[in-house]
Amino acid sequence: MPQIAQIAETYSSQIFWLLVTFGFVFFVIGLGMVPKVQATADARDAKISGDLDLAKAAFARADEAEADYRVRDAESRAAAQAMLAKAKAEAAKASEVKLAAADADIASKIGAAEARIKAASNAAMAEIETVAADAARDMVARISGVDASDEAARNAVKAALAHG
Amino acid sequence: MLQGSSVAESGKIDPMHQFAIEPLFGTDHLSLGGFNIAFTNSALYMVAAAVVLWIFVVGGMKRQLVPGRWQMAVEYMTGFIKSLLIANVGEGGKKYIPYVFSLFMFILLANLLGLLPLGLIGLHPFTFTSHFTATGVLAIMSFSIVLAVGFYKHGLHFFSLFVPHGTPALMVVPLFFIELVSFMVRPFSLGLRLFVAMTAGHVLLKVLAGFVINSANASPALGFTVGAASFVLMIGISALEVLVAVIQAYVFALLTSVYINDAENLH
Repeated sequence: MPQIAQIAETYSSQIFWLLVTFGFVFFVIGLGMVPKVQATADARDAKISGDLDLAKAAFARADEAEADYRVRDAESRAAAQAMLAKAKAEAAKASEVKLAAADADIASKIGAAEARIKAASNAAMAEIETVAADAARDMVARISGVDASDEAARNAVKAALAHG
Repeated sequence: MLQGSSVAESGKIDPMHQFAIEPLFGTDHLSLGGFNIAFTNSALYMVAAAVVLWIFVVGGMKRQLVPGRWQMAVEYMTGFIKSLLIANVGEGGKKYIPYVFSLFMFILLANLLGLLPLGLIGLHPFTFTSHFTATGVLAIMSFSIVLAVGFYKHGLHFFSLFVPHGTPALMVVPLFFIELVSFMVRPFSLGLRLFVAMTAGHVLLKVLAGFVINSANASPALGFTVGAASFVLMIGISALEVLVAVIQAYVFALLTSVYINDAENLH
């Protein structure tokens, strides 16, 4: 076994070169380079967790904004409903008033017109009596030659008109 | 045994030869303070592991917020070590990331580079984690960190690690010594586990490879039976060895962090 057979001549060389090479590995690579590699990895981990925290905070803000939006939406909907109901009530009231005024106006107009019609028909009836009395006197004079009095003719016409 | 003796008789395939350390580039007698520090094939693979690791981590240094594949791979490895330390030591374990990462990746690359089929192009792969001189140094390093942290943070109170809570007064002294022994065995078990696992796997692969070559040389009939069966077995065991390479690196890093936990938090 060369490990034992050669130990006397080789142990110093083995130890020396192992210390030299492992010293290089430890001081140059282990102490010089590994902390930098590790720092890069740590910085990345920190960045990732920081970004995740930011995203989480943004999510929370978005949720908050949405809740806020919902509340305001509901509020403005309620306000709009109230405004609409009020406007409807006001419009109904206004049209009622207008309708009542128009009804009164129309009723008075109708009353006046009816009065006028009644007067006109009375006048027309009076006219018909006079004309009929004249016609009756004329007819009496022609038939019997008696000159009927104006009053008698008028009474006869009245009676005839009353009986239809 | 028959197969084993035939391998020995042929004298061509020595499953232990892969562990032999050979100086390279004529540096046989390079020395420092009287100690030989020849640049060997073992040292070459240590340098290779360090360089490959350096290239791997440099590729992950782009520091982009949205990582590419390479950066992702490097960050996955550092993140893996980080979660290992946090799971075993807690938040205080983060400061050991550079050490445990270096340890894990260095051992992992040493194990994997030693498994590369470089023999196909005439090179000799070498696994320095199959030498207890190398794994021992790594184990002693981890154990020293545990001792240093333990005594620095807790002072002499660190010895209370050897006396679990609720120990009857009569048992304190014997238990202290039992716990002390189990504590002192840690660096040995840490270093030897890796060395044994790597050595055993490589020996097994070489022995099976020897079966394939020697049986094929002996006769076509043996080649198509014993040789083919050994070859199929080798494919499976090669895959198993890749798994072992990863698991042993993980075990080394895991046990180091478990021991660091004792030093950081006592009980």
